[in-house]
Amino acid sequence: MISDAPVLQQTSEPAEGAAAPSRLNRYARPLLGILLPLTLALGWEFLVWRGWSNGRLVPPPSRVFATIIDLARSGELVRHIAATLGRVGLGFGFGVVAGTLLGAISGYWSLARRLVDPTVQALRAIPSLAWVPLFILWLGIFETSKIALIAVGVFFPVYLGVMGAILIVDRKIVEVGRTFRLSGPAMIRRILLPAVLPAYVVSLRVGLGLGWMFVVAAELIGASEGLGYLLLDGQQLGKPAQILAAIVIFAILGKLTDWLIEIAAAPFLRWQDAFGRATGA
Amino acid sequence: MLALDRVSKTYPNGVQALARFSAEIRQGEIVAIIGGSGCGKSTLLRAIAGLDRASSGTVTLDNEAIAAPHAKIGIIFQEPRLLPWLSVADNIGFGLADGPATERREKVARALERVGLAEKAQAWPRELSGGQAQRVAIARALVPQPEVLLLDEPFSALDAFTRRDLQDHLLDLWADTRPTLVLVTHDVDEAVVLADRVLVMRPRPGRLFDQIEINLGRPRDRNSPLFENFKRSVLTSLDRSLDRGVPDRDATQGPGQAMWW
Repeated sequence: MISDAPVLQQTSEPAEGAAAPSRLNRYARPLLGILLPLTLALGWEFLVWRGWSNGRLVPPPSRVFATIIDLARSGELVRHIAATLGRVGLGFGFGVVAGTLLGAISGYWSLARRLVDPTVQALRAIPSLAWVPLFILWLGIFETSKIALIAVGVFFPVYLGVMGAILIVDRKIVEVGRTFRLSGPAMIRRILLPAVLPAYVVSLRVGLGLGWMFVVAAELIGASEGLGYLLLDGQQLGKPAQILAAIVIFAILGKLTDWLIEIAAAPFLRWQDAFGRATGA
Repeated sequence: MLALDRVSKTYPNGVQALARFSAEIRQGEIVAIIGGSGCGKSTLLRAIAGLDRASSGTVTLDNEAIAAPHAKIGIIFQEPRLLPWLSVADNIGFGLADGPATERREKVARALERVGLAEKAQAWPRELSGGQAQRVAIARALVPQPEVLLLDEPFSALDAFTRRDLQDHLLDLWADTRPTLVLVTHDVDEAVVLADRVLVMRPRPGRLFDQIEINLGRPRDRNSPLFENFKRSVLTSLDRSLDRGVPDRDATQGPGQAMWW
């Protein structure tokens, strides 16, 4: 019995020791991702500050930051961000609704899949920017054609994600629904939708990424406001700091909206028993 | 009464899985269906469940033809098949679509208590062990109080100890409402522990080969000589069904029913 005591002590020590690194990890892990861009930015800042480069074509972070502040002070920034966000929001909304509905129909109903899917896949093969001239002719140069272009970009990944996810829902789980005599709508609501949700969230995030891509294309074509306009304006007036400012804001907004989807979906995906959970990714 | 009348099943690829299988199963009876692999026992169970249609022949429950899943027939599969996005309690309540919410909650709570998983009510299925998950599946199938419960090798994926526990537990639960149990298994022990009657099937095409009444009171002692005798007669019949030699001569002298020939 006496010999037990040291053994117990020994085992408790590593346990205490293990707590410290895990606490460190919790804060260190997100910081790890910032390390690389921060080092590069500071390095460039240093180079320009020492006068080893004039930083005219590649302005240092401080100058980009100053440009953002200037734009924010004049109220321009809010106007441009609002315009871009509004376009992405509307285009994303239309694209998601259309992609989800059509994807669900094609996934659930094999006749619809045979009828619709080949056409959709053929349309998907067209580089989406090829639609631009047509959309401008059809819908005009203003908002409608821009939103349509974004919606097209968002539509395909969502459609494909929903349809593909429904097709690979485990037959065994569907059978459980059948044994409890679920009706078609109940089967969709109680079995298929929850089963495809993880894949759906991924397709939404991919769709959103494409939405941000296409808003730039749309705004480069002809716009008087929006972050894409800031890019074009910066190029035409030779203001690289403004271009970089717009790029930085794109990065922030893109990351932020993606994170919003992730956060919104998280409560519905807590049940997952997946690789990503274990690694904390 | 569950009546199977010349049930046959031929798959689209031409394989005949089941040929003119007939049997009558009394309300409250426990029947085990046993047979070599490919003898069509799972096909038969799926036909009774209404999951797959028989090519010919009929399945009737109290004179009502079964062609689709039926409210009075529940099924437990080899895997628990819990819905991973529902808590344990919600999984158990999955088949209780109608009825007031309070009544549903009460039924679920009682079932959880009954299978000894009350403290796991809010757990996710991924947090359960294999045996616990299968107990949840049993509770889910029993909560709507089916008249017939079908079991497709329900314990074959579990370790020996858990399997015994669950066999006893199943009998215990069965005693509550005494539904008809039709159990497909390849485990002779399991068949003799649980069943009133063992149906032995012969493969290619699957058909009924033999029936053995297990005239043993419950609870059954797995180590008693009588139990051993029944086991041996089932094994003998099984060997015959596969055209193998009889391994043990005195098996035929067991107290089981005489061979049909």
